[in-house]
Amino acid sequence: MSNKYALKPDELKKEFEQKKPRIPKGEFAGKDWWDLPVEFRDGNWCFPAKPEVLDELHFANPRKWAATDKDWQLPAGWEKTIHDGMKDRLKRFRSFKVFMDSCVRCGACADKCHFFLGTGDPKNMPVLRAELVRSVYRNDFTTFAKILKNFSGSRTLTADVIKEWHMYFHQCTECRRCSVFCPMGIDTAEITMMVRELLNLIGVNNNWILAPVANCNRTGNHLGIEPHTFEQNIMSMVDDIEELTGVTVNPTFNRKGAEILFITPSGDVFGDPGVYTMMGYLLLFHHIGLDYTISTYASEGGNFGMFTSNEMMKKINAKMYHEAKRLGVKWILGGECGHMWRVVHQYMNTMNGPADFLKEPVSPITGTKFTNAKATKMVHIAEFTADLIKHGKLKLDPKRNDHLRTTFHDSCNVARGMGMFEEPRYVLNNVCNVFHEMPENTIKEQTFCCGSGSGLNAEEFMDIRMRGGFPRASAVAHVREKHKVDSLVTICAIDRASLPPLMRYWNPGVTVYGLHELVGNALVMKGEKKRTEDLRENPMAGFGEDDDDE
Amino acid sequence: MMKVLKPLIAVIVLALIPYVGITYGKLDFVFAIVIPYASAAILVLGMLFRLIDWIRRPVPFRIPTTCGQEKSLDWVKTNPLESPSNPFMAAVRVLSEVFLFRSLFRNTKAELHGGPKLVYGSYKWLWLGGLAFHWSMLVIVIRHARFFFETLPLPVELIEMGDRFLDVTVPAFYLTDALALAAITFLVLRRLSDEKMRLLSLSTDYFPLFLFGAIAAIGISMRYVTKVNVMPVKALALTLAKFGFDAPEPIGVLFYVHLFLVCVLLAYIPFSKLVHMGGIFLSPTRNLPNDSRAKLHKNPWNPDIKFRTYAEYEDEFREKMKKAGLPVEKQ
Repeated sequence: MSNKYALKPDELKKEFEQKKPRIPKGEFAGKDWWDLPVEFRDGNWCFPAKPEVLDELHFANPRKWAATDKDWQLPAGWEKTIHDGMKDRLKRFRSFKVFMDSCVRCGACADKCHFFLGTGDPKNMPVLRAELVRSVYRNDFTTFAKILKNFSGSRTLTADVIKEWHMYFHQCTECRRCSVFCPMGIDTAEITMMVRELLNLIGVNNNWILAPVANCNRTGNHLGIEPHTFEQNIMSMVDDIEELTGVTVNPTFNRKGAEILFITPSGDVFGDPGVYTMMGYLLLFHHIGLDYTISTYASEGGNFGMFTSNEMMKKINAKMYHEAKRLGVKWILGGECGHMWRVVHQYMNTMNGPADFLKEPVSPITGTKFTNAKATKMVHIAEFTADLIKHGKLKLDPKRNDHLRTTFHDSCNVARGMGMFEEPRYVLNNVCNVFHEMPENTIKEQTFCCGSGSGLNAEEFMDIRMRGGFPRASAVAHVREKHKVDSLVTICAIDRASLPPLMRYWNPGVTVYGLHELVGNALVMKGEKKRTEDLRENPMAGFGEDDDDE
Repeated sequence: MMKVLKPLIAVIVLALIPYVGITYGKLDFVFAIVIPYASAAILVLGMLFRLIDWIRRPVPFRIPTTCGQEKSLDWVKTNPLESPSNPFMAAVRVLSEVFLFRSLFRNTKAELHGGPKLVYGSYKWLWLGGLAFHWSMLVIVIRHARFFFETLPLPVELIEMGDRFLDVTVPAFYLTDALALAAITFLVLRRLSDEKMRLLSLSTDYFPLFLFGAIAAIGISMRYVTKVNVMPVKALALTLAKFGFDAPEPIGVLFYVHLFLVCVLLAYIPFSKLVHMGGIFLSPTRNLPNDSRAKLHKNPWNPDIKFRTYAEYEDEFREKMKKAGLPVEKQ
């Protein structure tokens, strides 16, 4: 894979070869971190939001600029805006205040960040990422540290500090891996969220985040798909399913009185390979005869507002309950996505609840009450499917996935912002025969990010993405060598978009799948024709025209 | 290296203050009575201020870092400690952090091997060193309680007995003295020996370590080397315990250096990273149950946000929706 925004894989491999076994890149003897230069170059910064996007969102300081510009055209009085913004957030979020105060710089987090492991840039050590803000906090909000400026590592807020914040708080995917290891429970994701809010106040931003936010506000989804196109896309999948299986599935749209509203990231409707996961959902729902509908208005599971500000997160999320109420459904079923589930699990009910108009979720097929979702009234598809399989409600033929040797990638937010590990594994083990875990330090609560989460999946950010995804790729390479694994299964739409290029870069030959795509492969549908191909029209092992079917 | 030298010099200068004050200024009363009261007041009021200051700030969202399987379907095995589903288990989780440094126990060390290949080794030294340091300090503080009581409370006596079970010196050798010194040495060397640690450490990270080190070293030398007469020390401690103002009997200057550095430490706690002793209880990633889908968590400042309603959406796309056969509210 070649790209002007990233080194060739061999060049990057050579870089790692030269510095092994140490992780940091460069020599730092006698230097202080605040003296290290911040250099924007091809591949390490995302394009800023276009002026018209900012206008549409009523965001500050629309202008044409680039991170490589010397002058970022910050608005007059920006220092005060940042200072007041920090003060306000320190007041509203105990987390921010406690995390500013109680770091002991023990360094346990240092080599836990995928961006540090991949770039070797010391300011990507989570402790230093936080110190970028903490140094200003100590100067502006604590008297003691201000007096002993150099002693306490305090510094004045300058335009260069803003540049540094922009760089390093966009080299954090809010994955929370560092917070697993922190003895104080400091969560860099929380700090990154605060700083990105602050940067947005002065127009320092990322188009790959704000354009989807503007789209989502207007059309209901990040990709900006209008209702008719949204419907057409899904209907073309219906045609593909019919061609492959001989079964006609019949999704409905914006249908009032359906029992369940199904919401999934729009990447599943529009992007390859997300569409195959969507086909899996459609087959599953048809298989069990679910009374569900899909909304073209609440047509986005994901929430790029989360990477912008908590107000924007609320605004975008509000559509889910609003639409559920309008359609009069009983509860909401959510598709496979990472950050969507952090929002749904940890924020939605607080921001836009209580959802009194919905019912406590009960599976209409098994009668299982999802008591863990009784307030939010939203159930994860993996929980839903695991329950179906446990009750023997699905007719599955795992041999239909025998052409795949799988491993499972826990997505960060579902792992560390929700705590769902077993259900997807249970489903996966029931729909395929070959599954191998990656090493212990790289899965479950210690899972590594794909390197492109939290709105950093931009093409022009390729160098940092390939470096940030390196720890994940390295773990995949391990099971590939050991167990000949060739299929990386995920439950995250961003993973489905970002892991394919990562695998092409580091582990060519490994393909990325959604969990429910494999469910779709394995489902034995009523009235189906003889299956010989999986949902991607790749031949299944042992099901060819010439093979004897059992 | 100035980052390391400055705090070292600071501790030496601080140690000289009582030395000069006692030897040349005869300021026994100031160092024995005034400064200890002042520093204790700063510690108590300062920590109270910090705690209240934290607690009065709201926790708008329930954001535990889930490090284990959540409570979900009946047959799925949950991890009640790392993904607590109720406040009791969340409290147990916090206490496991406070007393056992549970998160630090997970610590690993990453290295590049064979070029583009990451290898993770177990690295529990930080956990062990940190635990040894904090527990030794706690035992040492509890041991010192014997100065403040006429008759020794049983728990203190038991802890003290446990600490000197290795009865190899005269006076009896305390295990925690050696442990504390070893742990402090380890913690300093760890910061100096690793390039990542050198870069991320500030002067304010070395300063408390040097301060603890100096306090411990002087305390140990008083006990085992210069063998300070403890009777006037005990008398002073009893005076302080009764909030008295009686001038102390003469005590060696070394004791005043020890006492003064302790006072500096106490007063330093509320204004430095040492507030982590309170902060650890208030971390929202650890002290909240993972139950936000089952129970409503309220945000006291939940803002009113105008979002784009379905009606507005339909107004923009009605014709296209009708053409595609999608149901609409208004014709």
